[in-house]
Amino acid sequence: MALHTHPTHHPDDDLLVAYASGDLDEAWSLLVATHLAVCPICRSRVEAAETVGGALLENIPTDDLADLSDDALERALERVAATPPDFVGERDGSGSLICKSTSTVTPVLPQPLRDYAGGDVGELEWRRLGSSAFHIPLVSGRGAPAARLLKIPGGTAVPEHGHNGLELTLVLAGSFVDDGERFARGDVETADTDLEHQPYAEAGSDCICLAVTDAPLRFRGPMARLVQPFIGI
Amino acid sequence: MFVQAACSREHELVPFSRDVQAPHRDGIGCVLPRAMGVAKASVAMQSEDPDWSDVLVAVAGEDRSSFVALFRHFAPRVKSYMLRLGSEDSQAEELAQETLATVWRKANRYDPTRAAASTWIFTVARNLRIDAFRRANRPELDPEDPALVPDAPPLGDAVVEQKQNAERIRSALSALPDEQRKVLHMSFFESKTHSEIAVALGLPLGTVKSRIRLAFGRMKASIGDSDE
Repeated sequence: MALHTHPTHHPDDDLLVAYASGDLDEAWSLLVATHLAVCPICRSRVEAAETVGGALLENIPTDDLADLSDDALERALERVAATPPDFVGERDGSGSLICKSTSTVTPVLPQPLRDYAGGDVGELEWRRLGSSAFHIPLVSGRGAPAARLLKIPGGTAVPEHGHNGLELTLVLAGSFVDDGERFARGDVETADTDLEHQPYAEAGSDCICLAVTDAPLRFRGPMARLVQPFIGI
Repeated sequence: MFVQAACSREHELVPFSRDVQAPHRDGIGCVLPRAMGVAKASVAMQSEDPDWSDVLVAVAGEDRSSFVALFRHFAPRVKSYMLRLGSEDSQAEELAQETLATVWRKANRYDPTRAAASTWIFTVARNLRIDAFRRANRPELDPEDPALVPDAPPLGDAVVEQKQNAERIRSALSALPDEQRKVLHMSFFESKTHSEIAVALGLPLGTVKSRIRLAFGRMKASIGDSDE
């Protein structure tokens, strides 16, 4: 598995901006943060959006600035004294931090996904989903977007489905093809309300994905519609 | 927050003075007013603001007077940010104090090759605001995760490049059409989801999203990031 090729399908910018501003639901944030671990391009985009946040902070007109209490500085210094710095980094001549790599093993599930799943792929307890696929619910919906891990054996299809809302799928291992496009590790497929689609895991290794939906899926086949209430997807 | 660097080492406690009288010189040649009340209107900078990245790095070196300068500049801004996002005055005050205290505690994690000082302070304030309101859990990237695909090494001086990029983004922001700047502003400063912005402006959700994409597209273009 080529772990260090960069993804070519990214989340839309409005999602990255919402992540940077701090207004994204938990399930979407999980997908964005996990994608960022494997996508330097989107890390740079989120940094650009955070730079916008910093610039807006800088640009508040002086006349509009809030008044602080007279002892604000003293109280901030007391807070610092109560909990001193927890970390000392080493800097080079230009002031930039010197980083030391600590590990040689590359997990399949990056953080923060690994914490949500409770371990890396080898340690998980998958539940059966339909005839050949497996899943693990991570963030439950109940009106809010839901996130789950999916495992689709190579060479099989995900049941054909449409959406009442948005579905984002982040590939973590293996690959799938949907509507002629190929999605591999780090790639994000965005499927909206209009898309009836049938992703197909490419032959070979299992395709493992993080799927986030903001509304229940609509499966097309009568059997799938029948089991949908029971499998909770 | 991935502007943190992938390093960790035990901290050696460096005691600092509890004397709360603000020093008049911040270590980089700027004379500062003593009283908080006059700070915002009449910061007696000789020409313009100092380079806040340098000030923040000095704070990491436990330079107390640099912290005082940083506090005077940013604490009123952070409090304004919290007020605009719906905090009561007392909570906004607390959050502003805690943000600046956290900035000092975590200054060792600030990396000037990754972010401008204002960017980094914004992320600290944003995260404290999310914690305070518990609107949702916010999963964060772990910069020390071995699964992290590293950045390409910078071509030139990384600090210079960061500063140039931040400047380009600021210019692109000020050149935006009003309608695009407004949706960005609402996204960052009114804690509104894109659906809530659409309701507030009486626009379809798709229009709000496309304005944000257009606006952010200009930010990206300014730093040479063309789509896909």
